[in-house]
Amino acid sequence: MLTELTEPTTLKASQPVNLVVNGTPLQLNLLPWVSLLDALRDYSGLTGTKKGCDHGQCGACTVICDGKRVLSCLSLAVSKDGSEITTIEGIAPEGDLHPLQKAFIEHDAFQCGYCTPGQICSAIGMMKEGKAKTRAEVKELMSGNLCRCGANTNIIDAIMEVQNQSVHE
Amino acid sequence: MEPYKSQIGQPVSRLEGHLKVTGTARYAGDYSVPGLLYGYVINSTITKGKIISFDTSRAKALPGVLEVFTHENRPSLAWFDLQYADMDAPPGSPFRPLQDADILYNGQPIGLVVAETFELARYAATLMDIEYEEEAFDTDLRSQQHLARSPKIGMATMLKPLPPKPKGNFEKAFNASPNQVSAEFFHGTEHHNPLELFATTTVYEGKGKLTIYDKTQGTINSQMYVANIFGLKFKNVRVISPYVGGAFGSALRPQYQLFLSVMAALKLERSVLVTLDRHQMFTFGHRPPTVQRTRFSADNNGIITALNHLAIGETSRFEDYTEVVVNWSHMLYPAANTLMQYKLVELDVYSPLDMRAPGGVTGMHAIESTIDELAHKSKIDPLQLRLTNYTEIDVSLNRPYSSKELRECYLQGAEKFGWDKRNPEPRSMRRGNKLVGYGMATGIWEANQLPAKAEAILTGDGKLKINSAVTDIGTGTLTVMTQIAADELGLPVEDVEFAYGDSKKPFAPIQGGSFTVSTVGSAVKAVGAAMRKKLFSIAKKMKGGVFDGADLKDVSFEGGRVFITNDRSRSVSFQEIIAANDNKPVKLSKFSVPSILKLKKYSRAAHSAVFVEVEVDEELGVINVTRAVTAVAAGKIINPKTARSQILGGMIWGISKALREETIQDDGLGKYMNQNLSEYHIPVHADIHELDVIFVDEKDTVVNELGTKGVGEIGIVGMPPAITNAIFNATGKRINQLPIHFDMLL
Repeated sequence: MLTELTEPTTLKASQPVNLVVNGTPLQLNLLPWVSLLDALRDYSGLTGTKKGCDHGQCGACTVICDGKRVLSCLSLAVSKDGSEITTIEGIAPEGDLHPLQKAFIEHDAFQCGYCTPGQICSAIGMMKEGKAKTRAEVKELMSGNLCRCGANTNIIDAIMEVQNQSVHE
Repeated sequence: MEPYKSQIGQPVSRLEGHLKVTGTARYAGDYSVPGLLYGYVINSTITKGKIISFDTSRAKALPGVLEVFTHENRPSLAWFDLQYADMDAPPGSPFRPLQDADILYNGQPIGLVVAETFELARYAATLMDIEYEEEAFDTDLRSQQHLARSPKIGMATMLKPLPPKPKGNFEKAFNASPNQVSAEFFHGTEHHNPLELFATTTVYEGKGKLTIYDKTQGTINSQMYVANIFGLKFKNVRVISPYVGGAFGSALRPQYQLFLSVMAALKLERSVLVTLDRHQMFTFGHRPPTVQRTRFSADNNGIITALNHLAIGETSRFEDYTEVVVNWSHMLYPAANTLMQYKLVELDVYSPLDMRAPGGVTGMHAIESTIDELAHKSKIDPLQLRLTNYTEIDVSLNRPYSSKELRECYLQGAEKFGWDKRNPEPRSMRRGNKLVGYGMATGIWEANQLPAKAEAILTGDGKLKINSAVTDIGTGTLTVMTQIAADELGLPVEDVEFAYGDSKKPFAPIQGGSFTVSTVGSAVKAVGAAMRKKLFSIAKKMKGGVFDGADLKDVSFEGGRVFITNDRSRSVSFQEIIAANDNKPVKLSKFSVPSILKLKKYSRAAHSAVFVEVEVDEELGVINVTRAVTAVAAGKIINPKTARSQILGGMIWGISKALREETIQDDGLGKYMNQNLSEYHIPVHADIHELDVIFVDEKDTVVNELGTKGVGEIGIVGMPPAITNAIFNATGKRINQLPIHFDMLL
């Protein structure tokens, strides 16, 4: 099923990768073929970020990298050396919830919960971009994050509530 | 003291919500285990034939690759089919991974690489030198229809009854009727595609003992499967699965990553994680492609006179997977003459697998589209035609419904939607350059109950713990069971813990078929009632004689106390009862079984009425479901918040089925061509607009102790026909192949 790859010359050559993840500096030693997603999940114990396709098609792996939402499965960890990453585990201080997290619970914006970390990180990134004003625009700019359970309307309701709150603050 | 407020019926937010929004809910592939190895599956690239040679040496030469398992070096395994059968196995011979050199379908797992890292395992899997001998195959249902035959009967037939016997004389009645409609339908293959990739983490505990984190809809189902195949003692196999990232039927049967992960862990005596990739998510069960033919007729008053529904479904060469496709029309519409037929065609594919409302969503699209056409031809409003033919009893089996508030669904749904504003003339309603159409349809899904057990423990702090092996696949099981248990003992939800998703806990069947609340909920209710009885019997013996002369019927349980209902001053707290029990927690369990004798006198089903508005761009054919209302009668709704989400999810699945999702098959190659989430389309946020849910009051004293019918599937069944009927109203075109693409309208 997989296409055969040529032997990677760097198979044995790990490289130091420095990341600041949720405010904590992490020094990792990774092969260049490790994605940012696997660096978080398999090498840093941060399994809140999910793998749904590994091809940038579902959005479950969305994290915030240097203030922007990125698909961590399409980013090689070595290319993010020196970056500041925020994952679902770090969007609110420990013991506290981000307003979006609260709104997601209140609006029942998930069922299985697997797309949720990506939806929330993506929504935080989207709000920061400041492009989406209307519900239609929010739906459009959140469309890279799939939800198979069909919690779509509840997800958008939760985001709109928080977006409207921050507009009025 | 505030009087106790019943928790059943309250919109309680999901109790695991906090864990899911903070990324701390751990799914099957989220467990960090010391020394974990990573497995990567190798799949067949041919559709049928044999493996002639399998050279794994290039992979094995890589440092860090521990083993490559194939049919040539796998450990010896169980022999009998029965040992491979699971709770959802259809009649036949279950697929055995790495059994021999035979290739039964494209994408069949033929090997497993195990390596120190995921990246290395994935790379090593590309270094296989495999030679095949290919054989001719057939994967095209439509070209093989002439081979259709009756399905084999087995255990699965109990939950999936065969079509009812013919009634009257269909051909004669149909031919004599003034209004006749004939139609042919085709539905292609679909894959469940839960967002979570199938994964199993097998933790090797030593001495033949395993702890397995598996993506499953049944912890005991996976436990049984593993113990039987690998010859392990049941108590040495523990399957844990509290969080499941969607399943929709895909995890009703143990999938091959479980088998491979366990096999590798036992052989290597290490812990092994096997995760499928998205491409591999298309290499086990699917919703089968189905051909249907309907012929319905009515007299000039709109009374339905004859119903004929034929369905031909796909199955594999090794199992007879069946669905209930053709039984529904006669459950809804009385007709003196009926002919229902269901057949299978064996093809070179993997066995199909239950997928959200299996059979129901397939059959109801054909039925409700045909009814709509019959209404159109008879010049009767489609809602009126359904009301004209409304029945309080299930005519197909000539027995009453345990409850049926479908009429209320029709009326309340129509009112909320504004059905009276519909112009029946196709292409008559417009909004700018868009054609607007209104369509409606009926939904029906069976309400079943299976046996289950639950355990209750009341501890010294007056708190209640309930144990069950059941999973929560995102349906809200944890929350709903907690509410049911809370009500039994009059406790607030905070004082009840529902512990689940673990095969060590009391028996629960697989989670599916909309029967979990009725099944596990009944066990929880029963064990709660037993706990009340037990607590009272201890309290009665306590010093002071508070309950002297009182019976269980004279007391109430509220806020952690037992008291005489008419005299609240005579009361004892749960803590005092436990203290009187030598400070020992009270622990008991209860098995709940459906009352078969009572139930078989009734048909039990949830119903829905669905109303949809579509806009169709006249020049481009682009279709948008702009709004939809679903009115549901599903008995008692334990939690209106999570139940509403279930219905919304079903409605979105209906939009997906009607307009988006399909697995595209190349029958020349015998393989699926869009095995990824960018080409397997499901709706995105921008595709979903106004959706409304109404729960109609429905009291049912027959269906089970709780009066619940389940809401997992009823949300999807009526949606596709309501959409296609709305498209007909908008465009005058009736497209009977799903999904409908815009080019079909041009």
